[in-house]
Amino acid sequence: MGDVADNDAGWITFAGLAPVLATGALFVLFATYVPEIAAGGTVRPVWEWIPSLNIALSFHIDGLSLMFALLITGIGALVMLYSARYLAGHPQFARFALYLFSFMLSMLGLVLADNVLALFVFWELTTFTSYLLIGFSHTDYKSRRNALQALLLTAAGGLALLAGFILLGFATGTYELSEINAAGTLSENPLYTPILVLVLLGAFTKSAQVPFHFWLPNAMAAPTPVSAYLHSATMVKGGVYLLARMHPSLSGTDAWIWTLTIFGGVTAVFASLMALRQTDLKQTLAYTTLMALGTLTMFLAGSSGYAITGAMAFLFVHSLYKAALFLSVGLIDHSTGTREAGVLGGLAGAMPVTAAAAGLAALSMAGIPPFLGFIAKEVAYSGAVGASLWGFVVLAALAANALMFAVAGIVALKPFFGPQGQLPRAPHEGPWPMLAGPVILGVLGLAFGLFSGLAAFWVIEPATNAVLGYADTGGRIKLWAGFNAALGLSVLTFALGALIYFRHAGLRARLARIEDRGPDFDAGWDRLMAGLARVAEWQTRLIQTGVLREYLFATFVVLALALAVPLAFRGALDLHVAWPEPSLREMVLVALIAAGALLTALTTSRITAIAALGVVGIGVALIFIIYGAPDVAITQLLVEMLVVVLFAVAVLRMPYLDPEPEKRPFRRRDAVLAVVLGGLVSVIMLLVTAGPIDRRLTDFFEAASYTEAYGRNIVNVILVDFRTLDTFGEIAVVIIAALGALALLRATRRRGDEEGER
Amino acid sequence: MNSIILSAGARILVALLLVFSIFMLLRGHHLPGGGFIGGLLGATAFIVYALAAGTAEARAALRVSPEGFAMVGLGIALVAGLISAFTGDPFFTGQWLWIGGDSYDTAVFAPNSVLLFDIGVYMVVFGGILSLVLALEDEV
Repeated sequence: MGDVADNDAGWITFAGLAPVLATGALFVLFATYVPEIAAGGTVRPVWEWIPSLNIALSFHIDGLSLMFALLITGIGALVMLYSARYLAGHPQFARFALYLFSFMLSMLGLVLADNVLALFVFWELTTFTSYLLIGFSHTDYKSRRNALQALLLTAAGGLALLAGFILLGFATGTYELSEINAAGTLSENPLYTPILVLVLLGAFTKSAQVPFHFWLPNAMAAPTPVSAYLHSATMVKGGVYLLARMHPSLSGTDAWIWTLTIFGGVTAVFASLMALRQTDLKQTLAYTTLMALGTLTMFLAGSSGYAITGAMAFLFVHSLYKAALFLSVGLIDHSTGTREAGVLGGLAGAMPVTAAAAGLAALSMAGIPPFLGFIAKEVAYSGAVGASLWGFVVLAALAANALMFAVAGIVALKPFFGPQGQLPRAPHEGPWPMLAGPVILGVLGLAFGLFSGLAAFWVIEPATNAVLGYADTGGRIKLWAGFNAALGLSVLTFALGALIYFRHAGLRARLARIEDRGPDFDAGWDRLMAGLARVAEWQTRLIQTGVLREYLFATFVVLALALAVPLAFRGALDLHVAWPEPSLREMVLVALIAAGALLTALTTSRITAIAALGVVGIGVALIFIIYGAPDVAITQLLVEMLVVVLFAVAVLRMPYLDPEPEKRPFRRRDAVLAVVLGGLVSVIMLLVTAGPIDRRLTDFFEAASYTEAYGRNIVNVILVDFRTLDTFGEIAVVIIAALGALALLRATRRRGDEEGER
Repeated sequence: MNSIILSAGARILVALLLVFSIFMLLRGHHLPGGGFIGGLLGATAFIVYALAAGTAEARAALRVSPEGFAMVGLGIALVAGLISAFTGDPFFTGQWLWIGGDSYDTAVFAPNSVLLFDIGVYMVVFGGILSLVLALEDEV
């Protein structure tokens, strides 16, 4: 223990311990809710959020969310303690602790939210924080790439989920999950099928069901405590949570049963085979997580008490043993420097505590009595026998469980008791903060098996009731349920599992050969991303020509269409304009403006064009003065002046215009557009002035300007008092525009300088 | 720009324009003017100076960077809006204080958040426009 003791001082830091304590406190807080929830009650704190859109930040604690909350905070605290030691001295540990803690909070929000939109926000927050966690080793390309893959895949599913939630809101008239579920099944609703498809897309991407499974094993690029946390109780269980949460309103239809059974069953069997094929212990565990997710999905397809109880018990026990096993593998890696199953062996002597903890967890995973894993498996088998597609479900569950039995042996038996290979480092026992997690979780798996009534009464049965939507009979969780079909299947599982374990070396080689020939999802993903980049490149080349004239042309064409199309559709071209007798003053002004505009269009000198444009602007300012808007007129004059100065400065850098018209073929096109746009705007102005002007706002401002805002200049009072927020937005835009232009100018100048030097 | 008339005239013009810009800012509540117009005029003063004496000279005369000036202005405008939080009114509600009286008509002096906001607008427009024009003139 000498070298460990030396390091001991290093891990006790604020970033290391504060999250542990905070998460532990949350665990205690949630534990105090247990008696109330177990008695059948629910707790529902609500904060108004956007009342005008009927969105409230409402939380709902029932059996299901409480079970998740306890797992998230309980395992969370242990994992944070573990990582404080595991990553002690890492230069970016504080950042890591922040990510992990934020992830924990997002996950808590996800399982506690009652409003579906709040749930969606937390859902995306878990996606986002897990992206940061998976990509924590950001100097490694693979780590970044895999984090991005997880982000894109689960965020895409998240968008589908959002669409599904909005449809759900339309269909039921509420966004509160508790109300949606209380209203019962939605299967008669015409929107049922789209809702189901969208929600399942979200759940399946998050919970990595085939064919969206490939991001999960890749996410193992994260540090081991992250894998332990994300893939035992949290992130990937988010999808399962959603399925369980929506169970009362969406389940029971053929579409639900078939989709969940087939996707879940295929995922479970596929993942178990892949788990057997891996040689890296962490990858093996990743695939067993996938298997668990498939199994859970498959059992959530059913609606019987056995199926749901089995799913909830399995969910609970899986979180315990999977976290323990991941943490144990982390210990082995930390101690020996490798995770290769072929090399590891005989560690029990050097690492007795790790061996015991991993052993306990593995026995629970293999489903050996009297562990809780055994009971969960028994109940699940009973559920499988009674399932709608029972033949398929029983076979899938049997295959998956037998393979799990074998994998449990590979992960926990062989590294500690098998023959030892050439290890990079001499093994030694881990320090206590890293042992606490696996030991506590491993012991819990045994204790809850021996005292199964406790786990059932306080945690699993309330969760089951929440998923079913009514109070189940209970009493299904017990160590000895008599001689039944489930027990027979269990015995069969052990026999098959033992056979696979002893033959696994050969099987692994065969599986590797099959895998090589099968479709490679990961490579497909890379091709998809490359294709996306090519499409983006193509459309950028197409749209972004870099010629200002073309951008302006496109903008004005769109503007003309936006004006013309509604005009044409509304048939509002019935103009009855009473032309007033123009005064001499007005006629002179119009002539001035028209002359300026014509000169701008026809001249070949840029300076002349700018000056002529200035004449147009000043003419407009004069119109403002005639009609009694001095503020607007002054602003217009000043802006006009500045624009002329700005252009005059810019023009000095521009080439001369070509005086020969045939060398500017775009002029005819531009002229047509200008005439069309000008005509359209004129027509609209005439239409606007033809109708009676609504003076309500004007009257209000005239009346209230002095009495309420103590100002006689209405324009200014509107700007700085009545409509201050608008003005604030505008001045923010002024700054953003100025900074943007500044950045552009600086960037081009730098490039220009470099070219000048060359 | 090498024009002796402009250089000589600019000195007087700049001072006049600056005073005029502040005059326009302050009278804006009752008469044509206000932060927008004032800010534009103030920017114009320095643009004239930059045309006459060069951008380096204009920047030196300004002492602070125009971008920074604009951003401080945005901050002041925000603070003006936040003052209403202390009285429980909605964001950006104008707050008035009567000194030497009990209403707008009797008060000798009425400090208020509305003018503060307008000063923020003045600074943003002043700094924003100036930073843009000076940067462009740097190019030439």
